[in-house]
Amino acid sequence: MSVDNVVKVALIGNPNTGKTSLFNQLTGLKQKVGNYPGITVEKKQGKCKLSDSVYAEVTDLPGTYSINPTSLDETLVLDTLLNEKNETYPDVIVVVVDIENIKRNLLLFTQLKDLKIPTILVVNMVDQMKRKGINIDIEQLEEKLNTKIVLASARKKIGIEELKEAILNYKSLSKTPVGNISNKIDKEYFSKLRDAFPEFPLYKSWLLITQQTEFEFLTQSQKQLVVKFRENLECIKRYQHKETIFRYQIINDVLKETFNVDKSKATDLRGVLDRILTHKIFGYVIFALILLFIFQGIFDWATYPMDLIDTAFASLSSWTKSVMPQGMFTDLIAEGVIPGIGGVIIFIPQIAILFTFISILEETGYMSRVVFLMDKIMRKFGMSGKSVIPLISGTACAIPAIMASRNIGSWKERLITILVVPFTTCSARLPVYAILIALIIPDKKVFGFLNLQGLTMMAMYLLGFAAAIVSSVLLHNVLKVKSKSLFVIEMPNYKIPSIKNIFYEVVEKTKAFVFGAGKIILALSIVLWFLASNGPSTFKNAEKTVVANVENTNLEQEELQKKIASYKLEHSYIGYMGKTIEPAIKPMGYDWKIGIALISSFAAREVFVGALATIYNVDSDDENTGTIKERMAAEINPDTGKKRFDFPTGMSLLIFYAFAMQCIGTLAIVKRETNSWMWPMLQLVGMGILAYVSAVITFNIFS
Amino acid sequence: MFGTIANLRIGEKAFIEKLCLDKIPLKLLEMGCLPGIEVQLIQVAPMNDPLYIKVNGSHLAIRKETAEKITVVK
Repeated sequence: MSVDNVVKVALIGNPNTGKTSLFNQLTGLKQKVGNYPGITVEKKQGKCKLSDSVYAEVTDLPGTYSINPTSLDETLVLDTLLNEKNETYPDVIVVVVDIENIKRNLLLFTQLKDLKIPTILVVNMVDQMKRKGINIDIEQLEEKLNTKIVLASARKKIGIEELKEAILNYKSLSKTPVGNISNKIDKEYFSKLRDAFPEFPLYKSWLLITQQTEFEFLTQSQKQLVVKFRENLECIKRYQHKETIFRYQIINDVLKETFNVDKSKATDLRGVLDRILTHKIFGYVIFALILLFIFQGIFDWATYPMDLIDTAFASLSSWTKSVMPQGMFTDLIAEGVIPGIGGVIIFIPQIAILFTFISILEETGYMSRVVFLMDKIMRKFGMSGKSVIPLISGTACAIPAIMASRNIGSWKERLITILVVPFTTCSARLPVYAILIALIIPDKKVFGFLNLQGLTMMAMYLLGFAAAIVSSVLLHNVLKVKSKSLFVIEMPNYKIPSIKNIFYEVVEKTKAFVFGAGKIILALSIVLWFLASNGPSTFKNAEKTVVANVENTNLEQEELQKKIASYKLEHSYIGYMGKTIEPAIKPMGYDWKIGIALISSFAAREVFVGALATIYNVDSDDENTGTIKERMAAEINPDTGKKRFDFPTGMSLLIFYAFAMQCIGTLAIVKRETNSWMWPMLQLVGMGILAYVSAVITFNIFS
Repeated sequence: MFGTIANLRIGEKAFIEKLCLDKIPLKLLEMGCLPGIEVQLIQVAPMNDPLYIKVNGSHLAIRKETAEKITVVK
């Protein structure tokens, strides 16, 4: 296909307009999610066939209320539309508006129209029109807004074909703006601006001078002109306010003649739900119940597929050993690669379930009510109501959670949120907790229906939140950061979540995790296997040494093999590393084998289980095909003769993993979002000390 | 009668007076909080903050400190 047959489409709209549904309808599974170069804003693109020879390349830009950005995500929208050399600079803009909020949604539309790029207006959710008593005169509206309008309901697949047709014929679209705003504000000022940048549309020049950011695509002389115009900041601010007021005037005038709502038909379901869900008592009770349900769900439902995956990989490993010729390569596959992949796959059930819940809460509009309900409380801790979303997302993964903190208006509240999010129990901690809890907490029911292990898991979650909140209060009082707070959130109407949207979201997030974190886990597992199955000269002579030691005892062949295997592990490279740190970790109740797991989970905590799997796999004889859990339960502490993973050691490990900052990915994202190494280092050191001290105390309390 | 949005009772409606533009963030205007527009206080969060308002067809939540800066005429 030649380049001429590609139409570049930018999908833009306010949040909660069903933009994502439309994107999913247009592109289906032909989507790819990447990152914009240099920044970590997700770039969602997809292909859509328009005719036999033409296809559209659709970019789903982050949702925004206005072209004037207040966050990094929104800055991106502006940059895409102003920089003609940007590879996603559109041939045609598709603006999505929600029919119920058409007035506010049209503000962005009139701004975009001024850029003189061909624009299509999609009025979404038209299936609600009758029920809500809405009447709209499309022909007249098209004429007044100088645009092509497509009535659509992305969820019901209405209007999709018509939209494709309109995109295909984008060259015939009008580029005339709606009204002449600049004349109304200050004719003289804007004619000066026009003369300064004769090469740009006037509104583009206006946007260039009103933003605080530097635009890389401008020439040196253009940049100087921009700086000169920006000097009169007072005037610019006043004109921006005026601009918004005039735009609404135009929109009101247009809608007066073309749009009306028969209020008698409106039902007040929203009001009723709001009164219940934001009630000063019921609101919190419902929120707590939802959280409880989510956590019980993750622990209870996810264990079935997880056990299955665990067993499947254990038997795959031994099957591989039995069919492949003995040797180094087989060992690498069976003891390094397969357990490594298993260690990644085992996360999928929990991550998928968590993201399903989170996206349901967001899709229904409930999340905004939580923000509303929690803002005052969170502010007492130094955060914002909007911090609730990062903190909940943090239960899946801290990396997207820290990115989700971008819409927090105040820098101080945002910084604190970023710093404390890694305390929340992310899904990488889950397998560590899951295996430890299974080992030390009995599988019993209390009150007849609550699983004791599930309750312990919930306690671990609460501990994570408590640590986040306590450190937040601390930071709130210690940090001296000046910042203006801006808190405006939309309370969207309640919606029944779309299964399709949730499905795409879950698939995408899970995929990102598996391929992102999975690579690290797999690589570390292989390195670990290598370090565990190689060593200095004592390692190579293991067999001779052990045989010589037991010469006069009457050992069974099986026993002898076991002795050799554990002697080997002890004298491998990783064994020496574990032994080296043993004195330091002994106060927490750990031995050198757990030390190995600690070292290897320094970069990513989820490696813990895989590391133990590798260690005990290498350690055990070939016939032992039990799961990781069985092998850990069978491990004996030679000093006490009791189980290695007894209650004190297990609790100490739980506490250590709850507090320690063992995630390279999070440190990297914090560096990027705060633009400084100081904050990630503070996390690494602060959380590390806290983890160590708490683990020592825990171990001593319980032993 | 004059007051601010923060003085409204739940369910009460009023008109936004001519805004003192310097104190109000642009974003609030863009979300539909404009002079002369009717505003209704829908709900108040526990501990009386933030406030849930309906203005210009939009449902928004703003903090009390912001609401106190928007004067209204009943």
